[in-house]
Amino acid sequence: MSDDVKRIRAPFDEATARSLRAGDRVLISGTILAARDAAHKRLTEALARGEKLPVDLRGQVVYYVGPSPASPGHVIGSAGPTTSGRMDAYTPTLIEQGLRGMIGKGYRKPEVVEAMKAHGVPYLAAVGGAGALIARSIRKYDVLAYEDLGPEAVAALEVEDFPAIVVIDSTGNNYYETGQAPYKEL
Amino acid sequence: MKEIHVTDISAAVTRLCVDACCRLPADVRAAFAERQRTEPSPVGRDILGQLMQNADIAADEMMPICQDTGLAVVFADVGQEVHIIGGDFAEAVNEGVRRGYVDGYLRKSSVAEPLFERKNTGDNTPAVLHVRLVPGDGLRLRLAPKGAGSENKSVVKMLVPADGIEGVRKVVLDAVLAAGPNSCPPMVVGVGLGGTMELAALCAKRAAARDLASRNADPRYAAFEDELLTLINRTGIGPQGLGGRTTALKVHVEWAPTHIASLPVAVNINCHAARHAEVLL
Repeated sequence: MSDDVKRIRAPFDEATARSLRAGDRVLISGTILAARDAAHKRLTEALARGEKLPVDLRGQVVYYVGPSPASPGHVIGSAGPTTSGRMDAYTPTLIEQGLRGMIGKGYRKPEVVEAMKAHGVPYLAAVGGAGALIARSIRKYDVLAYEDLGPEAVAALEVEDFPAIVVIDSTGNNYYETGQAPYKEL
Repeated sequence: MKEIHVTDISAAVTRLCVDACCRLPADVRAAFAERQRTEPSPVGRDILGQLMQNADIAADEMMPICQDTGLAVVFADVGQEVHIIGGDFAEAVNEGVRRGYVDGYLRKSSVAEPLFERKNTGDNTPAVLHVRLVPGDGLRLRLAPKGAGSENKSVVKMLVPADGIEGVRKVVLDAVLAAGPNSCPPMVVGVGLGGTMELAALCAKRAAARDLASRNADPRYAAFEDELLTLINRTGIGPQGLGGRTTALKVHVEWAPTHIASLPVAVNINCHAARHAEVLL
């Protein structure tokens, strides 16, 4: 892992997405999209019916999050990442729609990694269970679609110095593997 | 006979919900600090530091440690000398959960039915309630809110006696390897042995919810807890799966007598927040 922390902007342009390397620590500023299980299901079902999506995914970075409700004086509640693997079934379809990056936690299926390599998309991890700390980097929370899904609605998150680590880069390097290898003693 | 009113039960459950979700237990925080001193991975040390920082912010602002404030798993040990008055006990617990999750700005993660509509109940009820009738005139309520990232990695295997200790080791290790970063390590691993299928699962759940300083009362099982912990921390998974020697903070084993032909093994993993709070009424 590099000691330097890279500051990057979201949505990602292609050069930014492809420049990230597994193990890079980044601070993201700009706008990212919140979406998780139910929203992914609806988005892919809409595409299957030939409908236009309620949000344009081109260049977008999706954050798998279902925040807790904001208490008075806060824009959002606790807002850490949820397990990415549950989105695997839908992810290649969204990548084909122009999705440029993903933030979550946990392993991805090989077919997701193949789609990432084919389209130049990196996968980043935020620290799972650090929801109160992460909430401090979120400046604004605006629901964009599927409001009836409550914490699972699609929302725009305005972020400043949102901390993440690149775990699988757009060439398929996997930091879960390389990070764990030196400590494996079985 | 001691009387306990349902409104006191509801109020206690409400406090437990907010406390368990927003205040990291002191024993868990102490384990983070201790592990941060011994963790060789710089990334791992950094993550443990972030988890402590997160806990401080959560407690200061009474914001949940983690957005997945889980299903409300409630263990109730009801003294047989206790008379619950004023209403229905299970409804009193649910009312406590409802108020805790709605008024405490906790996330509502409960769906009314698992397969077809999966409609959110809107108030995180019903609780998952495990009641035991015990001697005495106390009512002990222990709340362990459980998120899905770790719960989804639970395992039950029906081994046979010939599989023995080695078989149990393999089931536990395989469960931890399959969970990896998904269940937010460093984890607390609850292992349930013996009984029947459902009793092994309940033993694992009780084990995962134990205080971190606790050990199995039987020295053989306590030694087995230590052995499993050492084994798990050799997987290399580390904090958040990014590598290191702190994959688990603790392993707890609970067991029950079992059939001559059975060796049920259940594994219930708790994430690093290992939330629990308890009250005695």
